[in-house]
This record gives sequence, C-alpha cells and structure tokens, in this order.
Amino acid sequence: MKLTYLAEELGYVPQCLPDPDGTATCGYTSDLLSDVMGNAPEDSILITVQAHKNAVAVASLAGMKAIVLCSRRTPSQDMLDTAEKEGIAIFTTADNQFSASWKIARGLSLV
Amino acid sequence: MQSIPINTYTSPTVILELIYKLKVKHVMCDQVYTAATDTSLREVKELMRERSITGVPILEGKRIVGIISMDDIIQALDRGSMDEPAVRYMSRNLIVLEDDMPISIAISYFDRFRYRRFPVLNKHKELVGMVTSRDITTGLLVEINKEIDRLEQLTLDAGKGDGDFHGTRRYLIRSNDFEKAGRASMEIKKILKARNLDPKTIRRAAIAAYELEINLVIHSLGGEIACLFEDDQVVITSTDRGPGIQDVDLAMEEGYTTANAWIRSLGFGAGMGLPNVKQVSDQFTISSSTGAPTVVQSIIRFMTDQEGA
Repeated sequence: MKLTYLAEELGYVPQCLPDPDGTATCGYTSDLLSDVMGNAPEDSILITVQAHKNAVAVASLAGMKAIVLCSRRTPSQDMLDTAEKEGIAIFTTADNQFSASWKIARGLSLV
Repeated sequence: MQSIPINTYTSPTVILELIYKLKVKHVMCDQVYTAATDTSLREVKELMRERSITGVPILEGKRIVGIISMDDIIQALDRGSMDEPAVRYMSRNLIVLEDDMPISIAISYFDRFRYRRFPVLNKHKELVGMVTSRDITTGLLVEINKEIDRLEQLTLDAGKGDGDFHGTRRYLIRSNDFEKAGRASMEIKKILKARNLDPKTIRRAAIAAYELEINLVIHSLGGEIACLFEDDQVVITSTDRGPGIQDVDLAMEEGYTTANAWIRSLGFGAGMGLPNVKQVSDQFTISSSTGAPTVVQSIIRFMTDQEGA
C-alpha cells in the first residue's frame, strides 16, 4: 500500500512525508514502545497515541515506515524534525487506534 | 569589573572563528526601550523596573544622544533630582557598536570600557539594539553548542566512511535524557547497515541497543553503552553507575517494572526491556545488586549467507 493512501483515501493529515512514494505492507497498534520495538513487523505502519520523538526512534530502529497519531494527537516540532531525518512519515487523525487499525488493515487488503 | 574571558588572539581556532563570524546583530537584543530627552529620571526608573533593564538610551528624534544607567538613577536618588529631565544627567560619552561588527570587537569593548551595555547602531546611525555581556555569552554558548554537535558528529562519522568499522564505540547516556534517547542505537544501526548485514541481524542488534539505552535513561544514574564491532558479531555492553537492581530474576520477568507513572505515559516502562534484549541476543549476561553498578551484555552473531538464506 502506498503511504499516500492514508491521506487520499482515509483523509489522514500528512505532517511529514519524507518519501512520497513510500509503501507499507503491514501495521502495528501499540502505545508501549518496547512492545513496538520487540514485535512490530518491518515496513509497517505504527498506529499509536505516542506523539513524541522517542516514537520516531523506535519506528526507525524497528524498520517501520510511518506513524499514524490517533485521537487528535499532534506531533511536536522536534518529533517532525527527527522523522524527516529518519525518513519516517507521520500522519494525524481524529480516529482512535481501533478505527485507524481496521481502516488501515482494509487498505492493506488484510481483511 | 567583570570581563569576558575570551582572548581574541590566542583562543582555540573554533572560538576565534565564531567570534569573527558572529555579528553583533546576531546576539543583540533588538527590542529596545528608550526615553526622550525631557523624560524625568523617575519615569526612566519606572521603565527600568517594568522592563527589568538596567540602561535606557535617550533619543532625540531617531538619534541617540545619551544613556541613563542604574548608576545615574542611584545618584539622582541620592541628590533628590528624580523629577529632573534625563537630558541633564545622562552619560553623553557614548561608546556605540555597529550591528555589522563581529562580536570580537564587542568582547574587547566590554573588557576595555567599564560599561555593561552598548547601544548598537545600523549604518544609518539609527539605534537598532542593545547588547550586554550576557547577550554575548548566550549567543556564544548557543553557537558553541552547535559547533560541538557538529564536531561530535564528525568524530562519529570518522572511520565509518569505508562502511566497515571494526572496534569499539562508546556512548555516554545521561539519566532521564529522553531528548537524546535512541541516538546511540541509531548510530549502531547505521554502522551495521553500512556493512550490508542481513536486516534481521541489524534489527536484533538495534533492539538490544535501544532497550539497554532506554534502561540507562529510565533507571540508572547515568552510564555508558559500549559497542564492539567484530568480524562475526557485535558485543553491546551497558554499564551504569548504579543504583543497582535488587532482584535480577524479577527484573527479567516480562511485565515487571519499577518505572513511575510519567515514564509509563511516554510508552516506556512496560517491563519488557530486559526480556526483549535477552530474546534477541545469542548470548546474554546481567550482573547487578543493590548499590552496585549494573552491567548487561548482549552478543549478537552475524548470520552467514547460508544461515540467512
């Protein structure tokens, strides 16, 4: 799935999109960063409410492609700067993690 | 009399470059509170109090003609001349700086003259700012910080240009420094990536390094991550300065945590750190007790092509 799907089809707001051609193959929903670190699949989208730059560090180290910040959380400027540098896309949405998860799963043709 | 302890001839090159590169306009305060020549000293004093400043330039039109300092106010209080106009008691012997001058000149002015602040004029001789020694210090510190960051980066980059770094890298980790958390692990990951290792191996090393790094940030009094890059494996060792783990077996249990609420609200402290490290390591050791440093070592072997396939 192209990451731009999140903006075009789901209406999520791109806050940072270092690679407009970027794609993802899976998703992972969690607010526990060590859970993400240990278990999130590569090339996936992190669905979370953790809007700080440590989430970017974890996504980057785990080889993830994008972060969707749910429930109207907004990223801080240093989070966006880090994401740009690490090549991680960030989207924001009013959806909660459950809604974001099933919508993204559908986009990934997993359901 | 305070002086700025930077020698403009024999300081380190980096500092010399900075004080010549930085202009007065980069460090000055450009919000200037001024008074007219007929303003009373009492009003000037009020302005100083309201704005927390210690010197007020006196203007005639756009031209600066004098300055009233805290000293002048104290003397006026002594004389009982607080209701007299500023023009009568202001210092007229003005030493000014130009906004395009390098701060090296400002530094030498502060050391040469007894004034604590200088008015700054642009090339049309209009007042555009004030500069104090504090402004210079702050401006310099900000620039020195940037410069040190750049130099640290150069040191880190050195040796990995050939994409095949062997040896030890050490990273100092400060307690509660969530700002920098993850930097060491990202460096380690980049070094391994440059070696074109199997992504799964890189990921295992990144997980181990990150969890150990975060543990130092959350739980320790500060410590160090040392990463030894060898031909066939990477050895990640975390050593802290205490306070030690009371029950190591309990700490190794998934879900057990001593992290406080605000650390958990950041998404850390789920009690999965050490178990995660152990899970990704080929060899894992930990030693700790109350009051003693904690040493954790994780060894990750590189898969050969056959194994990886």
